[in-house]
Amino acid sequence: MSSHASTVDPKKAELWDTHHHSHDVISTRTLGYFLYLLSDGMLFATLFAAYGVLSYQHSYFGGPTPAEFVKPWYTFAQTIALFLSVLAYGFGMNALKHKNKSGLINGMLAAFVLGVVFLVLDIHDMSHLYSMGITLASSGGMSAFMVLTQVHATHIFFGLIWILVMMAQVMTKGFTEETVGRLLTLRMFWHLQAVIWVFVYIFVYLWGYIS
Amino acid sequence: MLVDLPGGWSPLLGRLAWSQIPYANPILAPLFVAVVIGAIIVLGLITYYGKWTYLWKEWLTTVDHKKLGVMYIIIGLVMLFRGFIDGLMIRTQQVWAVGPHSSGVFGSLHGYLTPFHFGQVYSAHGLIMILLAATPLLVGFMNIIVPIQIGARDMAYPYLNALGLWITAAAAALIMISLFVGDFAHNGWFEYAPIFEMQYSPGVGVDYWIWTLQLVALGTTLGGINILATIIKMRAPGMSWGKLPIFVWASLSANVIALTSFPALQVALGLVAADRYLGAHFFTAGMGGNLMLYTNLFWIWGHPEVYFVILPAFGMMSEIFPTFSEKPLFGYITMVLASMAIAGVSWLVWLHHFFTMGAGPYVNTAFSVATMLVGIPTGVKVFNWAFTMYRGRLTFNAAMLWAIGALFLLLIGGMTGMMLAIPAINYMVHNSVFVVAHFHSMLLVIVYAIFGSVLYWFPKVFGFKLDEFWAKTMFWLFSAGTALVFVPMYMLGFMGMTRRLEYVFNTGWQPYLDVMEFGIVVYTLSVLAFFILLYVSVRDHAKNRVGADAWGTSRSLEWMTHSPVPFYNFAVLPHINERDEVAWRRQHGIDNVRPEHYEDIHMPNNTGVAIILGGLTFVLGFALTWRIWWLCIVSLLAIIVLMIVRSFRGDPGYIITGAELQRMEEEAYRREAQIADSHHSHPVSGGVVGNAMAYQRNDSSK
Ligand code: HEM
Ligand SMILES: [Cu+2]
Repeated sequence: MSSHASTVDPKKAELWDTHHHSHDVISTRTLGYFLYLLSDGMLFATLFAAYGVLSYQHSYFGGPTPAEFVKPWYTFAQTIALFLSVLAYGFGMNALKHKNKSGLINGMLAAFVLGVVFLVLDIHDMSHLYSMGITLASSGGMSAFMVLTQVHATHIFFGLIWILVMMAQVMTKGFTEETVGRLLTLRMFWHLQAVIWVFVYIFVYLWGYIS
Repeated sequence: MLVDLPGGWSPLLGRLAWSQIPYANPILAPLFVAVVIGAIIVLGLITYYGKWTYLWKEWLTTVDHKKLGVMYIIIGLVMLFRGFIDGLMIRTQQVWAVGPHSSGVFGSLHGYLTPFHFGQVYSAHGLIMILLAATPLLVGFMNIIVPIQIGARDMAYPYLNALGLWITAAAAALIMISLFVGDFAHNGWFEYAPIFEMQYSPGVGVDYWIWTLQLVALGTTLGGINILATIIKMRAPGMSWGKLPIFVWASLSANVIALTSFPALQVALGLVAADRYLGAHFFTAGMGGNLMLYTNLFWIWGHPEVYFVILPAFGMMSEIFPTFSEKPLFGYITMVLASMAIAGVSWLVWLHHFFTMGAGPYVNTAFSVATMLVGIPTGVKVFNWAFTMYRGRLTFNAAMLWAIGALFLLLIGGMTGMMLAIPAINYMVHNSVFVVAHFHSMLLVIVYAIFGSVLYWFPKVFGFKLDEFWAKTMFWLFSAGTALVFVPMYMLGFMGMTRRLEYVFNTGWQPYLDVMEFGIVVYTLSVLAFFILLYVSVRDHAKNRVGADAWGTSRSLEWMTHSPVPFYNFAVLPHINERDEVAWRRQHGIDNVRPEHYEDIHMPNNTGVAIILGGLTFVLGFALTWRIWWLCIVSLLAIIVLMIVRSFRGDPGYIITGAELQRMEEEAYRREAQIADSHHSHPVSGGVVGNAMAYQRNDSSK
């Protein structure tokens, strides 16, 4: 009765899963995490769209515009810190391939420190703006500027907590299916945040600086 | 940087104060008393029958996708009832408050609801029906059915599944508590800029709205990830994409939408929160804000969302029609492509919700054409269903009636949607009750499909059928209500009645409103019929027990395992050979072949973490709404710490041995044989909640 031509002979057909079919925990996990990151990417895409709409001259309502306070070299230092952090994490993951626990821990520690450098630079920048009276309440344009950059910084903050948690887990539990799976997903997260930073740097800081 | 609050604020309680409890309100105060008494009775009964441990062990801490699905559906039905009461209140106000001479009570000039209260009722009605009734009901069905249809033992992430449920429950609780503590938003379910700004809506209503929606968005995103990963990763051997049951395809397309569109809502809400809490100027009038940015962001999510809810409903119809036409689904491939096309196009049409923004002829035309494109895949589906029934051996049982009703409503809603998609018409009827009638036709497609599915899949989950007589009674009453309420509504829309009127100025509309009020009374009768249906079915459950294939003509994999479905779904995973595997095996007489031997299987453990996290998100939402900062910090920290602790502990799961599986399976087969030869003359004993009773594990092995 099936609509397409039946190719299977019911007498010989295999009816049950005989070779104990079990799925791969790590790949299932990374797939799910990839899907989550997709939604995170959409979140940033929407924020960028809002920024795009709110970065016209009139959006700043006569108040400060990024062109007046952005220092590209300062944010370039942040870029370098974040990229080196991702690189360090990559070295750590390379050590994981060789089951080298201390190599992994060192890599993650370096990634953590560099991430902290990034965040400290960001906080310093924000408090500097605050001291000049520039906040997200200054104008619609500044609201978009602040929220986009600080949502990214918040991601970095939670990533740093996660790095610490994973260092503790690797030290106490070693390389189990669970910890390795989490190390992989954390790497995906950390990479994506760096990629998004590229967009933030170009479209918010550099663009804001020249316009 | 925090905004100045109108009214009081204290560090301990935030904006919360006794004056926020509406104990003097003549509607809410008695309701509150009734709710408290009801709650005491329910809790008392649970205690009296000693069911707390059962409840905790079997339901509240479960990670079983079927039980989570059942709880999703219960939440959905409860909220559907709440939303229905709101609808009843709206209709009653409008039939009452017509013309300057209409009377007024309870401090209202006309009717019985003040404008502020009326605004809250319709805002809550819309939000609840779309996001806390339809969405949980559909997610519940996807949860129950998708893993079984693809031959899996559970979702890809059972714990995440539980978390999604409890976050949804927290959202439902948050909007329910807004009844008795403070006010809800009164600017409509999708709100408007800048009226939701602090300046114009100084109360907590908009804040309740923000955090309820945020929680729903979070829960739905988690659920969406889970279902997608389950479909991609957990299919039984042999189940290639071309053999995927159609409901699974529908769930896949719907969750692609959910995953990609909910972030837009989260951002929109987050920016509203930034305005209201931090004094940002995203959507303010002046200071460089942009009002229409909000409307765009909201509908960039909002339109995909309406397809997120209708695609699973289409999937349900695609399961019901073939079963009761005794034919395979007509045009499987085109059905799949149509679902995917709808999911894709749903992204390109959001502007049709505000053609009147005045974006100009080019923009409006582009979005108008894009909107009409949706009609093509939708039409393909309608024809496929029609051809599935054509020359079929039709059984007009209650499930089939609901599905056919859905088909009719889809035609009406689709046609009126096409009319609205034409800007020239849209300018005339935008924000009239014509639009309201359009989307109710559409959302009723979902409600019809859901009730059809309740009847269709109930025997699978609980092991017995629902009563046909009362199910049909309910169907006819409900359909009469639909016609009586929505036909006059379309007409009033053409006459120019705008939506959300708490006072109807034109006395000429009275007759129509009278008919609609009568319609809502008929709806109320159908709700009663539903309660009777449940009562009668549970009372007679022993007579209506079913075997694995409850309908005898079913086609997809869920009908291969026992009814009720054992907690491990399949003792041995099936190997899939054909698209409609069950129909194929039945046709070739191999549907009774049992597996030869049973191997050990691995199952996840229950966990209390998910429900605790759900409770904490509720506290967080409540604290944010009332600006109780210390409580925000405490609950947020608790959430983070709990997640870290859980991640350290992990879940090793447990093993069910092959021998034990064999014992449970033989028990199930024995019961099935008993049902088969009882021919409904000897009722078959056993608990109502078959799941818990039928597959008892030996406690020693736990
Ligand atoms: C054939 C496909 C459809 C077309 C062409 C269509 C068209 C439209 C248009 C043009 C509007 C805007 C009316 C206005 O405000 O002036 C609208 C509103 C709406 N539609 Fe549809 N629609 C379709 C399918 C659906 C479906 C499947 C659903 C939900 C399941 C749905 C739910 C809604 C809702 C909820 C609104 C209005 C929301 C509000 O203003 O509160 N529509 N539709
Ligand atoms: Cu739409």
